[in-house]
Amino acid sequence: MKTELMLGNRALARGAWEAGVEFAAGYPGTPSTEILETLAHFPEVRSQWSANEKVAFEEGMGAAIGGIRVLVTMKHVGLNVAADPFMVFPYAGTNAGFVLVSADDPGMHSSQNEQDNRYLARMAKVPILEPSDAQECKDFVGLGLQLSEEFQTPVMLRTTTRLAHHKGLVSLGERESVPQKEFVPDPRRFSVPIYRRILRPQVEARLDRLREYAETTPVNRLEEGTGEIGVVTSGIAYQYVKEILPEASVLRLGMTYPLPANLLRDFCARHETVYVIEEGEPFIEEFIQTLGITNLVGKERFGVIGEYSPGRLAQAMGMEDSAVTELEAMPRPPMFCIGCGHRTVFSGLRQLKVTVAGDIGCYTMGALPPYEASHTTFNMGASIGTAIGLEQAGHERVVSIIGDSTFIHAGLPALVDAVYNGSNLTLLILDNSTTGMTGGQPHPASGSSLTGEQAPKLNLEQLCRATGVEHVQVADTWDRKAVLGAIRKALAHNGPSVVISEGPCVRLPEMRQREIIPYYVDEELCTQCDACFKVWCPAITRTDDGFPVIEAADCTACTVCAQVCPVDAMYPFAQETLPLA
Amino acid sequence: MSAKTHGILFAGVGGQGVLLGAEITALAAVHSGYDVKQTEVHGVSQRGGSVETHVRFGSKVWSPIVTPGKTDVVVGLEKLEALRFAHYAHPKDGIILVNDHEIVPGSVKNAEDIYPHDAIDRMREIGCLVLPMEASRVARDLGDGRMANVVMLGAMATFLPITEEAWIETLNRRIPEKYRESNLKAFMAGHALASVMEERPSVRA
Repeated sequence: MKTELMLGNRALARGAWEAGVEFAAGYPGTPSTEILETLAHFPEVRSQWSANEKVAFEEGMGAAIGGIRVLVTMKHVGLNVAADPFMVFPYAGTNAGFVLVSADDPGMHSSQNEQDNRYLARMAKVPILEPSDAQECKDFVGLGLQLSEEFQTPVMLRTTTRLAHHKGLVSLGERESVPQKEFVPDPRRFSVPIYRRILRPQVEARLDRLREYAETTPVNRLEEGTGEIGVVTSGIAYQYVKEILPEASVLRLGMTYPLPANLLRDFCARHETVYVIEEGEPFIEEFIQTLGITNLVGKERFGVIGEYSPGRLAQAMGMEDSAVTELEAMPRPPMFCIGCGHRTVFSGLRQLKVTVAGDIGCYTMGALPPYEASHTTFNMGASIGTAIGLEQAGHERVVSIIGDSTFIHAGLPALVDAVYNGSNLTLLILDNSTTGMTGGQPHPASGSSLTGEQAPKLNLEQLCRATGVEHVQVADTWDRKAVLGAIRKALAHNGPSVVISEGPCVRLPEMRQREIIPYYVDEELCTQCDACFKVWCPAITRTDDGFPVIEAADCTACTVCAQVCPVDAMYPFAQETLPLA
Repeated sequence: MSAKTHGILFAGVGGQGVLLGAEITALAAVHSGYDVKQTEVHGVSQRGGSVETHVRFGSKVWSPIVTPGKTDVVVGLEKLEALRFAHYAHPKDGIILVNDHEIVPGSVKNAEDIYPHDAIDRMREIGCLVLPMEASRVARDLGDGRMANVVMLGAMATFLPITEEAWIETLNRRIPEKYRESNLKAFMAGHALASVMEERPSVRA
């Protein structure tokens, strides 16, 4: 059988393809993004980025009711956005298989919170599968779809960052052909909310049947060891347990909702001490406690915060003499890329000394030095509502800042609200034609689709005008004066106003592959006034003689340094024209 | 083939090719018939922040992540980042390979003043072998400073039970044709540099 070293997320995509998925939708979010990016290469699966997670979920729901197998993907907080359909869908239940991938981020590598979405699935009464390695990422998609069809329920497949973004060897299979299921309209099931009362007991009955299934499913696997120690574990933590306790008896739970009460009772009775090792909240542990079992060691010892690791677990078990001490090293927070169009915006905002309500995207980095020009960040789309609230609390000169993708995702209703409720909002939309932070995924205003086809391009300027905003101005994001001037005018305008700073993300292929002439410092002209250093471009460093020097291979010819140079000592100079690799 | 599980940590600054270095190592280990796991970092830290990835290979690998104080090789593509992850190296048997190259963090106040220029000396406190290399300079001399990661790979290869054939085959497969020849040169340059280093231990199987 062919094996391949594969990222967990790519394995999930492969699993969906092999299991006959025909439609896949989601919204980019770390650590889930690569699943759909991979699926886009399989022509048998119609894959798309949706406007937001709620829309993606609803599209998936429709496709599954309509009779084809579906995969929907999102990061943990994305499920908050999709929670509305997620809580209702299980009542009707699905027709064809529906698997939701919820990618949780313990340790908050690229997220604003830690959130264990197993609780959301339990609230929705939806079964949960938790793979432990890349191979299972692939296999559990197929299993999830089978369960989904057998029990007529959506299934959540929960991954975590380390699982989604680790690579392991995966054996590959062929695509299964799954005939489309017939959609039979049924008002009781699908159409009339009041009838959901009739469906309500059926949800509980289904859970009872799933409880029975959990007792015998092969993914809840007992591995007999030789020692006294018993371990109940799930997800990537299983690997860490095998690493540090090779002799222990392990009950590996691949299905973590509903949980197998008998299996757990029996396992805990046979061991003096049972360690419950799961990343995130004490989801399994609390369930075992409800069975009246007390010989458990879990979160009290291992903690709920952050990621687990073999080292952390070994230490918590007293297997290590002492912790290894880190050497002191100054931090290195991330920063805007060389040539990033956000730089001019944040240096302008810093200059204007306004209060800035920020949003989710690369521009959260505007809160860091040297700009320190973003004062709140919460969740997708929150910049606009937060600014309206700050205004209500008496703060003047408040600016909302939001990226194009985030604006489409959740900003639009808030802008409508700003107009409707007579806010004096100044909104800055950073339009870089892509979803930048997650690595450059197209969205409805990009002009292309996930699969690279041309797509209708939403016109953000017209959209803003249509909400009733009269003052809408577009500026070239690399033109410092234009950006600053536009923000000034917008602040002075009485009533809601929008500034769209436009310019593609420098990481987009079309920007990386274009021919450019890098900028160069003419030391004959340079007076060492250091104005160019205030651009904070990482491509500009200092020579031993104190002159600025631009790394030609890194320069994107954004021109911003040349704009601030008072003596025109910086200009394009074609030593050799290199495409940016 | 080695029975023990080998662990490597790659550290550097987003954009330096930390991920590519780890990926090539993992693929070369697969080519050699090992079980392999590798971690990756995606999202915000790739924007010029501190980046680390791990590779583990052996007859059967469980955890994809390495453990502080137990890692065989720490490869630092930048001095401050090598310092940050130096404690992962095994204090006795570990090796720290560090590119003698500084990238001052732009998003920290007074970064130039507080940057640890003495990072290499401080790493020696750990006790294991610390091997500084001028990988960026070597790469620049070969035409492109961005190949420093591949120079470091070449040096690291001399300490691992993976055959030269596996490395070359993997580089040939993974590096686009346009850059292949120069990257092979960079790999061999790193290999040569490390091979003549004094006090180098032999390959541990």
